[in-house]
Amino acid sequence: MSTPRSASQRVLSNRVFLWLCLCAINIAVVVLAVLLISIVWQGWGTLSWQFLGNFASRKPSEAGIAASLWGSVWVCTICGVVALPLGIGTAVFLEEFAKKSRFTRIVQTNIMNLAGVPSIVYGILGLTAFARMFGVLGTNADDALSWGDSESLWYVRLPFGSSVLAGGLTLMLVILPVVIISTQEALRSVPGSLRAGAMALGATRWQTVWGITLPAAIPGIMTGAILSMSRAIGESAPLLVLGGILLVFNTPQNLMSDFAILPLQIYNWAGRPQPAFHEIAASAIMVQLVVLLAFNGVAVLIRQKLQKPLQ
Amino acid sequence: MTSLPSSSIRDLRQLGRPKSVALRKLRERVIVGTLALAATFTILVTTTIIVVLARETIGFFEFPDVSLGEFFGSTQWNPLLGSEKHFGVWPLIAGTLLVTVIAASFALPVGLISAVYLSEYASPRVRAAIKPALEILAGIPTVVYGFFALTLITPLLQKISPAFGSYNAMSAGLATGIMILPIVCSLSEDALRAVPRSLRDGAFALGGTRFDVSVKVVVPAALSGIVAAFLLAITRAIGETMIVALAAGGIAQITANPAEQVQTMTAYMVQIFLGDAPATGVEYKSSYAVAAMLFVMTFGLTMVGQWVLHRFREEYD
Repeated sequence: MSTPRSASQRVLSNRVFLWLCLCAINIAVVVLAVLLISIVWQGWGTLSWQFLGNFASRKPSEAGIAASLWGSVWVCTICGVVALPLGIGTAVFLEEFAKKSRFTRIVQTNIMNLAGVPSIVYGILGLTAFARMFGVLGTNADDALSWGDSESLWYVRLPFGSSVLAGGLTLMLVILPVVIISTQEALRSVPGSLRAGAMALGATRWQTVWGITLPAAIPGIMTGAILSMSRAIGESAPLLVLGGILLVFNTPQNLMSDFAILPLQIYNWAGRPQPAFHEIAASAIMVQLVVLLAFNGVAVLIRQKLQKPLQ
Repeated sequence: MTSLPSSSIRDLRQLGRPKSVALRKLRERVIVGTLALAATFTILVTTTIIVVLARETIGFFEFPDVSLGEFFGSTQWNPLLGSEKHFGVWPLIAGTLLVTVIAASFALPVGLISAVYLSEYASPRVRAAIKPALEILAGIPTVVYGFFALTLITPLLQKISPAFGSYNAMSAGLATGIMILPIVCSLSEDALRAVPRSLRDGAFALGGTRFDVSVKVVVPAALSGIVAAFLLAITRAIGETMIVALAAGGIAQITANPAEQVQTMTAYMVQIFLGDAPATGVEYKSSYAVAAMLFVMTFGLTMVGQWVLHRFREEYD
């Protein structure tokens, strides 16, 4: 505002900037449309029930995503079962119990930092901590301690190796900071007067959290949880580090089974030179996007239906 | 009260059973302890990452054909092929930076202008239409962007100029830019919306156009949040793996030409972990040294972002 300009000049710059804004905002919309159209264009022809039910194959016409689809389901279930209680517990501790101390400040900064760590680095951590258990139990897979029959549901071995359990725990590390941060935001949006009311009636801190704060924050927490899970479904780099790309010909049987996941199957097919594999990669992407859209849709529904105004 | 049957009175007493204060305090302690343990787990994760990366990186530098001087002094990264191996990390860093610069020079301006539009200009109806599109873009897995780069962006670039190879930095950079665009946009928008209305009203009252108000008043007021958003997006671009592994190529070289292929730090790690190298060899260990570099870079950027956010935050209360 240093140089005085005529009114017409300022009106002109306002108009030019509005055009610039419209261009910028339309880039996002156009890119999304082009991306979706090009994927449906490439993948529609090869999408079929057979494609969903077949296992991996050298021939693109016979290949399917049964193993990777079920692998994704197993891995993400394990990831959610561990990450959600752990993340929500941490957030509740930081928001509702912890006093402002050096320790909580370090934990808070650390969570922000963990959210910025590239996912492939978590893959290295998962490989060392879960798949190999730091090598303290030997490095040879045949030496592993094991309990139960390897065909049964309750088969467990140590170290975990490149199993669905190790994969799920690795993904848990990736989404944990996201779960914590979104839960904290949900808890912060609960008005303090509700807590004060409960405390005034003689409730302990935990009774306040369990009976008042958590129920009020549930829509926000669930939205965050669903969005974190949709991140987990699409994440592939850490699991690539964990187990490479495996050709798997059956669905997981127990926590120690080898597994493939949908995004890595897509990566595998997309990286091949033959166009026929690109087509089935696009079909697999369509399946993946339908799952993700369903997740996002549920999150939006919860946000709209459950969010009661709190004053 | 007397009309209530005795059984329901017992139920009521059961429900509001007065516990001893000691018992309640004990339960409270156990719960708080468990939750504190959960919080400590996040510290454990960071510590373990640092210890694992440090241990393996030290192991890497103990190999006879590697030295710290070569790692930071040489400009050749040639760990797999050829009779003489070279471990100079700069080509990988240069590749990462080239892709990141392309991504940032697309996503930062477009994302910021979109955010200004959504926060200052758009009507609620337009916002309601555009926000879901951005949310969907944010949720698309990065491997899908990699596929998009490979099958659509690269062929388009090749139509524009034959200089573009089937793998090139430009295509990967643009796809990465599309990936970080929703992050830039939604975080900047949050920062812009946090600027109080009174500032805008004051600027309008002085006769500012909407352009004057948003660009000369609101954006500067939200600058710390915007810079933090930019840094977070750049961190994501540096750490992005699947897009560059699919579309950027596999030659580690120092170049500023976006039509050539480059190898980023993450793409090198993918190449190693896909199983080209034996798990005890120097090539395999080198991926840990690269991972340590990556961790230090992203960790540093996140810290700078946090610092900017706290140090330069404008408080209007």
